[in-house]
Amino acid sequence: MSVNDLFSTALKPVNLGLDMFAEDLKAQGVEPVLMDWTPPGGGDPEVIAALSRLEDPAVAEKIDAANQVALERILGSQPFLEGFGQAIDTVPGMTRKTILHAGPPIEFTRMSGPMKGAVTGALVFEGLAEDVDEAFELAASGEITFSPCHEHQSVGSMAGATSASMWVHRVTNRTYGNTAYTNLSEQLSKILRFGANDQSVIDRLNWMRDVFGPVLAGAMELNTDGIDLRLMLSQALHMGDEAHNRNVAGTTLLIQALAPYILESDFTTKEKREVFDFVASSDYFSGPTWMVAAKASMDAANGIENSTVVTTMARNGVDFGIRVSGTGGQWFTGPAQEVVGPMFAGYTPADSGLDMGDSAITETFGIGGFAMAAAPAIVALVGGTVDEAMGYSRTMNAITTGNNPNVTIPALDFMGVPSGIDVRKVMETGILPLINTAIAHKDPGIGMIGAGITHPPVEAFQKALRALADTVKP
Amino acid sequence: MTRHIEIRKNTYLDSVSLMSMSTRANAVEGVTQALLGMATPMNKEVLANVGVQDAAVDEAKPSDLMIVIDASEDTIGAAIAAVDDILTRKDKKAGEADEVRYRTLDGAFAEVPDANLVLISVNGAFAAREARKALNAGKSVMIFSDNVSVEDELSLKNLAHEKGLIVMGPDCGTAIIGGTGLAFANAVRRGSIGVVGASGTGSQEVSVRVHDFGGGISQLIGTGGRDLSTDIGGISMIDGITALDADPETKVIVLISKPPAEEVAEKVLAVAGAASKPVFVTFLGSDRTESGYENVTMVTEGTKPLAIAAVVASGIDESTLDKHPLNIPLIEEVRAKLAPEQKYVRGLFCGGTLCDESMFAALGKYDNVYSNIQKDPAYRIGATDASREHTFLDMGDDDFTNGRPHPMIDPSLRLQRIVAEADDPEVGVIAMDFVLGFGSHEDPVGVTIPAITEAKEKAAARGQHLEILGYVLGTDLDTPAIADQVAKLEAAGVTIASSSTNLGLLAREFVAKGDN
Repeated sequence: MSVNDLFSTALKPVNLGLDMFAEDLKAQGVEPVLMDWTPPGGGDPEVIAALSRLEDPAVAEKIDAANQVALERILGSQPFLEGFGQAIDTVPGMTRKTILHAGPPIEFTRMSGPMKGAVTGALVFEGLAEDVDEAFELAASGEITFSPCHEHQSVGSMAGATSASMWVHRVTNRTYGNTAYTNLSEQLSKILRFGANDQSVIDRLNWMRDVFGPVLAGAMELNTDGIDLRLMLSQALHMGDEAHNRNVAGTTLLIQALAPYILESDFTTKEKREVFDFVASSDYFSGPTWMVAAKASMDAANGIENSTVVTTMARNGVDFGIRVSGTGGQWFTGPAQEVVGPMFAGYTPADSGLDMGDSAITETFGIGGFAMAAAPAIVALVGGTVDEAMGYSRTMNAITTGNNPNVTIPALDFMGVPSGIDVRKVMETGILPLINTAIAHKDPGIGMIGAGITHPPVEAFQKALRALADTVKP
Repeated sequence: MTRHIEIRKNTYLDSVSLMSMSTRANAVEGVTQALLGMATPMNKEVLANVGVQDAAVDEAKPSDLMIVIDASEDTIGAAIAAVDDILTRKDKKAGEADEVRYRTLDGAFAEVPDANLVLISVNGAFAAREARKALNAGKSVMIFSDNVSVEDELSLKNLAHEKGLIVMGPDCGTAIIGGTGLAFANAVRRGSIGVVGASGTGSQEVSVRVHDFGGGISQLIGTGGRDLSTDIGGISMIDGITALDADPETKVIVLISKPPAEEVAEKVLAVAGAASKPVFVTFLGSDRTESGYENVTMVTEGTKPLAIAAVVASGIDESTLDKHPLNIPLIEEVRAKLAPEQKYVRGLFCGGTLCDESMFAALGKYDNVYSNIQKDPAYRIGATDASREHTFLDMGDDDFTNGRPHPMIDPSLRLQRIVAEADDPEVGVIAMDFVLGFGSHEDPVGVTIPAITEAKEKAAARGQHLEILGYVLGTDLDTPAIADQVAKLEAAGVTIASSSTNLGLLAREFVAKGDN
């Protein structure tokens, strides 16, 4: 609109800044457009300069095109559960002395309490150490290889501790051919992945190795079609799950799909019964399944030149790391944050460990915190009202590339879940992705003590943006 | 300490809700510990871990709600009631529809495509980028923010020029577009006089004088104080003149600025000279009397003569104007009240151009005029320096506003200064402005009167008359209206000047002694 058009048209001003000026405009009968603005890039001048470089029309056009490709790959992915196998035989790069962990790379000495608890428990479980004390020595000795799950086509919830003899899901993205893995749900509370490692924890892991894993693997050997996880995920959202903290519907659907094959398998009735009882002991059974479905989809979107779409968000209890399509395997990290939310009776925020786990792959894909509006039953995590949950899902639209028409939220008029977090938009708006997650006790050996919401550290996105500004050329 | 254990049969509450309720129950006054949970094996184990052992708990089923409250004897009843209240979920009425607010300009433009101007008052470090976004989206901008770099200003103005848009500012305090005042502006009649101003209060003063003389403003475009520097080259003023020349509502164009760089003045005047309408120009403090163009008139005597020239050119009969000539008997009267040693004026200003105009009036008669905005370093004083001889302070200058609001919004610094100046027995007149209108303090006179009274009393205590000379920049349409503010000042014994120009002239004449 030229200056002269401005003179001859009704004034419609946007007020960016002092509210006093908006009030004065209203007093003159002009309705200003109001802004809820925060400095982009957290106010960091270097980040703002990087943002401005990426806003050059020629550069922005390239990025937008690359992000569309990334989005298409996320939306077009068809993750199928094809079977279960032991990590040593299945997960790329796995050795007897390797422990995979959640989040970006971290050496044992820097690990958080619950991750140390999980790692040492896993060493005892694998028979590499007699007891937890010996496991601490071994873990610190340099003999054990620690590596992020994400660097092995895998994800692990909470501590993510994955060792050679644990059973893992095998999920193939049938559109793009890539495969992803994650271990089995131990259910909730006092379990290895939350850092608990006493005998009850080891006993359960042994049973999972000897009964649970083999039964599930046997069942899936009989199911040669595989299970379409995207379809099932979509159903679960329509039934009130957001597929990260509420999994009651998803778990029911998954066990329903597995049950006929479990029944048909060669295991004893007692063993089959134990499996059903275990799945029924908590709703979390399908939690890892949605994570690996998301991982298989997000890996397909990785490595697209010039794309600013986030393909990984993961945390190890100390650092929060993200990876971006256009910068491939490079991690951008910042400090792991506190998780704020209701806690189990008897615990206080002072007991909380910091944000941990690869489960934020669900938010990276567009479910979990991004789909809070699908799961009104757990709105207490976000402050208590359904409106707030609706607001969170809508708000995520401001930082994503598009919506997933295959995974929709009924209460928002079947809006597709917001998908493809764009580093530029996060920095521009100051809106950080919303993650809902569990809270582990800060000390090793205790376990889950609550659940709530958290956000990634702004630093991770600032670093990613600066790297992108160097990577993407006009 | 009393423990209350209650099992509610077949009462299901979502586990996450229960965690949330537990957190709130623990915050109830008198409660040492409150545990709420469905009686699942896991939750029973949690209870056992914190030392709760009870037969009723052991027997409870996963479909039963367990409530355990530890509280002191005298508060247990109230605590139970309070926890019970938390458990009773009330249907929260949906609140009133929230105001829609946008996080990004792009988001706002997508939802409100007919937005046509962006008023930016965020921190200057971020203003340029937002302005660029607005321009790229085809919107003109007004940048109220200061601390925008010269490089950014130049590139923004070039971009606007290419796109046929305009950048007002940075550091632009006033504009009136389509009859709507933006940021600091006065409520004035709409009319046929278009103003382009590189000085904020100077433009406000022109608009108010035009209104006062019965004229009206078509558009008032503020350019920001740096526009006419060599670096920027007057891009916005030139684009403003061009736009006003093409505007059918505008019959007369007025330009006001501090003296520009010579080559910039030439450029601006050349564009004005090419316009099809009469242009009146005041470069405050400049000696230039000829523009070199037939339609372009230089007005050197101040903002009031500028406004008079414009309203007359716009078709108002000059003989009908109440020009408020200088009140000579008043000057005689004040001179007679002042003691021989009361030789000096102290001007304390909110408006930069108002300060300028008064200072130039004083400089027309005296050499010893000090100011924080003096060109001559020998006569420059800082914000923390004591006043000397004739002193005119622009208290809206960065010197004074560093880390605090502009005196048009927060006058506290000026109040202290008014009282302090009264300690000097050589001071005859304290001159000051009061700026009304949008963006300004809601009652600038009211907050200042106590300081004025105190200052006068100080002088009276040593047997002197201290003349307080005030000028209220405002119109009958402003809130508060000018008449209301003037009446308050007169009641406090303040002499009122009828314009910024007259304020400067009266102040300098009041303190003039015999041979001056």
